[in-house]
Amino acid sequence: MLYRENGQFKASYAADQQIFPILQDRVAIGALLAIAFIVLPLFGSEYLFRAILIPFLILALAALGLNILVGYCGQISLGTGAFMAVGAYGAYNFLVRIDGMPLIGAMLLGGLSATVIGVLFGIPSLRIKGLYLAMATLAAQFFTDWAFLRISWFTNNSSSGSVSVAGLNVFGLPIESPVAKYLFCLVVVCVFALMAKNLTRSAIGRQWMAIRDMDVAAAVIGIRPMYAKLSAFAVSSFIVGVAGALWAFIHLGAWEPAAFSIDRSFQLLFMVIIGGLGSIMGAFFGAAFIIVLPILLDQIPQWFGIPLSTATTSHLVHMIFGALIVFFLIVEPHGLAKLWSIGKQKLRLWPFPH
Amino acid sequence: MKLRPFALAMALATVGAATLSMPAAAQQANEQFFPLLVYRTGAYAPNGTPWANGKQDYVKYINATGGINGVKIAYEECETGYATDKGVECYERLKGKKATLIDPQATGITFALTDKAPVDKIPLITLGYGLAASQDGGVFKWNFPLMGSYWTAADALIQHLGKKEGGLDKLKGKKIALVYHDSPFGKEPIPLLQKRAQMHGFELVLLPVTAPGVEQKATWLQVRQQRPDYTLLWGWGVMNSTALKEAVATGYPREKLFGVWWSGAEPDVKDVGANAKGYSALALNPHGTESPLVKDILKKVHDAGQGSGPRDEVGSVLYMRGLLIQMFAVEAVRTAQAKFGQGKVMTGEQVRWGLENLNIDDKRIGELGLAGLIRPLKTSCTDHMGSTSVRVHSWDGSQWKMQPDWYEADKSVIDPMVREAADRYAAEKQIKRRDASDCNA
Repeated sequence: MLYRENGQFKASYAADQQIFPILQDRVAIGALLAIAFIVLPLFGSEYLFRAILIPFLILALAALGLNILVGYCGQISLGTGAFMAVGAYGAYNFLVRIDGMPLIGAMLLGGLSATVIGVLFGIPSLRIKGLYLAMATLAAQFFTDWAFLRISWFTNNSSSGSVSVAGLNVFGLPIESPVAKYLFCLVVVCVFALMAKNLTRSAIGRQWMAIRDMDVAAAVIGIRPMYAKLSAFAVSSFIVGVAGALWAFIHLGAWEPAAFSIDRSFQLLFMVIIGGLGSIMGAFFGAAFIIVLPILLDQIPQWFGIPLSTATTSHLVHMIFGALIVFFLIVEPHGLAKLWSIGKQKLRLWPFPH
Repeated sequence: MKLRPFALAMALATVGAATLSMPAAAQQANEQFFPLLVYRTGAYAPNGTPWANGKQDYVKYINATGGINGVKIAYEECETGYATDKGVECYERLKGKKATLIDPQATGITFALTDKAPVDKIPLITLGYGLAASQDGGVFKWNFPLMGSYWTAADALIQHLGKKEGGLDKLKGKKIALVYHDSPFGKEPIPLLQKRAQMHGFELVLLPVTAPGVEQKATWLQVRQQRPDYTLLWGWGVMNSTALKEAVATGYPREKLFGVWWSGAEPDVKDVGANAKGYSALALNPHGTESPLVKDILKKVHDAGQGSGPRDEVGSVLYMRGLLIQMFAVEAVRTAQAKFGQGKVMTGEQVRWGLENLNIDDKRIGELGLAGLIRPLKTSCTDHMGSTSVRVHSWDGSQWKMQPDWYEADKSVIDPMVREAADRYAAEKQIKRRDASDCNA
């Protein structure tokens, strides 16, 4: 009823090709952005920003990057944590070694460092596929773990191996308060989400999907597998690298290689799978599910005043969370994004279904 | 598929719950709130749990004996799992409930919180861990590595080895290996050891173990090849017992193996039992149940059915450490109350003042029920550590036996290093050293 596109005619190619062709979607996304940019900064608590929204946005960005590789191009990667680490340490080195390096410049250069490493570790994808490729990208994970732990040049010879940044600012505006950090992340995420969405709708995006669906057939119709696969690795690791820099600079402030361990790679892969492979929206759903749900579950006993020991709560969170992952995957193997589109389909007829 | 609508409904319900704002803490206005960051799950749980129980038992004990001059302590635990990002989440969650003092219980979390604490005005108490340079109160206004840092620990260990050899000059030409947890925790002592190696002419061999440290075959193969005269163990959690098992397997004499105070507790040696006999480690705090304080806690907390953990864990090394940490926290509040008003709830800034002006002399130690077990501790504006006294204890196959000698870190070695590291930190963060006028504020 509310969600019917009847009467919305498209008279030009531009109108037909816009990201949200239906008016209701445009209104909804406009409202969402208004809430994110205006309402939340006015009313959100510090805890909401620092513990929930900032990690959510940054990991959603990383999941978005990974989704381009796994969801759109079909190349399974277990090296996401590694590319995040390269982005973070790359950006850190550009920031501390070059005087007057702006934050955004350092982050983009960090992203470019991740691109280089990503393409390098993507080269095996030209010969190996599927799980074997996952193994090859796993090598990236172990390599960067080793490099950032043992090569002290990367950590600016910090004696403890932990590095930190302070006094961040963008165009003279300090990025110190939770709201400023949140807005900074939000802007970066919005820009990258828009770019990623448009990339996936463009010729290169279609090449990725063709490779994903059947690489031999794609090659037969004239798509160069090397170009398509490596460009997916490049774009994906660039976004992941920027997300890594954000995670280190904005969220943690001081970090060590353990922040980008193999666990992070798995966490991001789960986000992409649960959120929905091959969907920009899915990255956000997946990140929300993986980040916010455990925090919520952790606090529920307290809200109701149920006296549970910390250890029990922690175990329960893991159990319930695991069960929910299985449940959602059984109910909808295509992820939360698919559930969302089913919901939209239903809304077209609601409340008068056939 | 019937389940789909249900799944949809569940997803919506979750979103609904998420959008609800977090309910405020149900804590009374006249209670001092102590957040307790703990880890009772994961690879470090065997060591984290007694620590957490000790902290909680002391809070319960103080509440059972009338609070801090009548001010009761409210507390809430948050599970970090030793992970930095989870620790930051816990910090943010509990900070909002007027946290006045935090023991992060992990070096990685301490590093992440060190930048946040001055902004939020919450002092960090990092007894025997954290950042070695934070001893310098002139730069680290909000960090309190009471009783020791990794540098003082390494210094005490080298002194102990020197004593065994009959003088520090006898270490010349010796080979000392450091088997360490490959994280900031394990890397912190390296600069001090390098400095000492230079001073006394011993060779330092660095052998990192990838966290969490369940796989150490390669490391101990290197120990076997290199045959160090002494090996220092810098591990935490499951890494310690694994290291001891590997030492047994490679036949490295346990008498030549010396651990930091985080590698010298019951969970580390329990599994190895009699095979670990002869292994020594630093003892930052005493253990056992003979002290009046522990007896009182057993009576007033455990006998009242309020114990946080099993009764037989009371008095174990890490339990006692948790107890001590919380004791210093309470003493800091007491000190602050003496200045800012008896029987009032102290703010984070006031507790910080208390921590900076702690003076636990022998008389006070007696009143606290720990006579003869710890040494006096006195902090100041410039010295946030207060005391570097430490002993060594050895595992006799069934229990830890305390050795009588006390060691103090050599100030002429440590102080210039702390000063230099703190200055470097200040330069990086563009913060100024505190003025003398700030000290009495």
